[in-house]
Amino acid sequence: MSQRRLLGGLAALVALLFLGSLLVGPAAIGPVRCLSALLLGGDGPLTIVMREVRLPRAILGLLVGASLGLGGAALQGYLRNPLAEPGLIGVGPAAALGAVVALQTGLAATLPLGLPAAALAGAGVAVALLLVLAGPRASSMALILAGIALSALASALTALVLNLSPNPFAATEIVFWLMGSLADRSFVHVAVAAPFVAAGGWLMLGLGRGLDGLTLGEDAAASLGVALPRLRLRLVLGVAAAVGASTAVAGSIGFVGLVVPHLLRPLVGARPSALLPASALGGAAMVLAADIAVRLILPDRGLQLGVVTALVGAPLFLHLIYRTRREFR
Amino acid sequence: MRALLAACGLLALLAAPAAAAPARVVSMNLCTDQLAMLLAAPGQLVSVSALAREPESSAMAAEAAAWPVNHGLAEEIFLLAPDLVLAGAYTSRPAVELLERLGVPVLVVEPAVSIDDARRQIGAVGAALGRDAAARDLLARFDAALAAVPPAPQRHPTAAIVGPSGYAAGPATLAGAVLARAGFDNLAGPMGIETGGTLSLERLLMAAPDLLVLPEVYPGWSRAEEFLRHPALADRGGATLTLPDRDWVCGTPALFDNLARLVAARQAMAAP
Repeated sequence: MSQRRLLGGLAALVALLFLGSLLVGPAAIGPVRCLSALLLGGDGPLTIVMREVRLPRAILGLLVGASLGLGGAALQGYLRNPLAEPGLIGVGPAAALGAVVALQTGLAATLPLGLPAAALAGAGVAVALLLVLAGPRASSMALILAGIALSALASALTALVLNLSPNPFAATEIVFWLMGSLADRSFVHVAVAAPFVAAGGWLMLGLGRGLDGLTLGEDAAASLGVALPRLRLRLVLGVAAAVGASTAVAGSIGFVGLVVPHLLRPLVGARPSALLPASALGGAAMVLAADIAVRLILPDRGLQLGVVTALVGAPLFLHLIYRTRREFR
Repeated sequence: MRALLAACGLLALLAAPAAAAPARVVSMNLCTDQLAMLLAAPGQLVSVSALAREPESSAMAAEAAAWPVNHGLAEEIFLLAPDLVLAGAYTSRPAVELLERLGVPVLVVEPAVSIDDARRQIGAVGAALGRDAAARDLLARFDAALAAVPPAPQRHPTAAIVGPSGYAAGPATLAGAVLARAGFDNLAGPMGIETGGTLSLERLLMAAPDLLVLPEVYPGWSRAEEFLRHPALADRGGATLTLPDRDWVCGTPALFDNLARLVAARQAMAAP
């Protein structure tokens, strides 16, 4: 399949799911009325529901999914390991920790960019630590062990911060931060996340040529003119900005960055530069689909997004470990 | 033989508190704390729960400073040597059961879900404290406050009482009873919520209540409370009233503060 046709197909899928996300909700209303209220406006609560509840939710699904898909593809390209997934190796949980600290200390309320900046800092520290701990050509063992330790530490500290909060509801929200949800988000959250996701996306999409070079090995990449330190810095900043801002508004959603690149890799001939944009679209499609699923399966139970993505992604993760198990000996 | 002795002991226990008013009363629930502070004779109440002092939760936080606090632990309460413990139905069951096993009389007070319920509880706690006269005075305050509520108009405006995460109070709650008394139709009832339940933001907006009653928020941050600050709620174009939860979680005269605020809101909405 040519890359253009693949990207076109994925974009059409994302558009379809975006539309679906706009039409699904607890207030069961016909699609024609929904779209006319969204596009033409008019008096009455439906316009508010469409424009201020469903539209920001769908946009966030798009942004968060693209961040996670792209983040997974970029990390996997650099580490040359298919198990590198932002949520699983601690980047998402660390971003959640940064966000929780900013929200509970009041930093998020006093500084205009306090929330996304803190989440970015959390994610950035995690990515940098992982690169140091797992080494340049990451073995699965080192990557997973470092990721488990980082995830566990970040999750525990998140729980600690929420338990120390003066707010009685905060401690019950550990699940949201560790599993993620797009319920009841608004354009305030879109405005918080969008600039960082755009900047991070731009940084990561620009990694393509360098990552292509890296598939031949570090020396070959260097001889092709790839500056590894710059590539690494760009990767850390890009992943931290996109995944950090996404996590700050939607919680940490796992497995998206694992499933999507894995499914798309054979279709792009395993070329990182082609995998990056495809994974961004694929991630958006997966999160939008999962967010439609949580509203259809258990509409009133507040099912978390991460539960659905984990149900899809965990078997695949185990399969990948099984396939690469020789490395572990 | 042992069973007989135990039965005798139990009979003695049951007979003892009825004989005289308890001298050392400990309360371990926010609502019984407030009823006991309102009804007890000087020196009769030994300790109230720590929640009674928290201004976010307690309508009598300032008064509660006059009493030592407990934290609902069986051990600390037993060491206070109470001859009556007041507990709520949702107070830690293990602590209440342990106190009962140790022979401490415990009066468990169910949460009030109507104004009549609140009146009955005042009578029951008054009787348990041997303070019937004080209970009668308090009930007279209830009746005077209820009688002072202006009659509701023919057409009731609609309202919804919504808390964090969209948790709505139905008609069979104390807050719902106060809302009805103030002359509003509670939208939670027709939407299938009798006591309490979650309303999604979309369904709440589509129901378009004339008045949205929101709680005060706690310090710190929570996603649950972020629901209450969603821009769609501000843009929906109905009235919004923020009422402190502490004034209607318990069946005390504080109820009438929220009742008065609701009546004022209804009158303001009626005047164009």
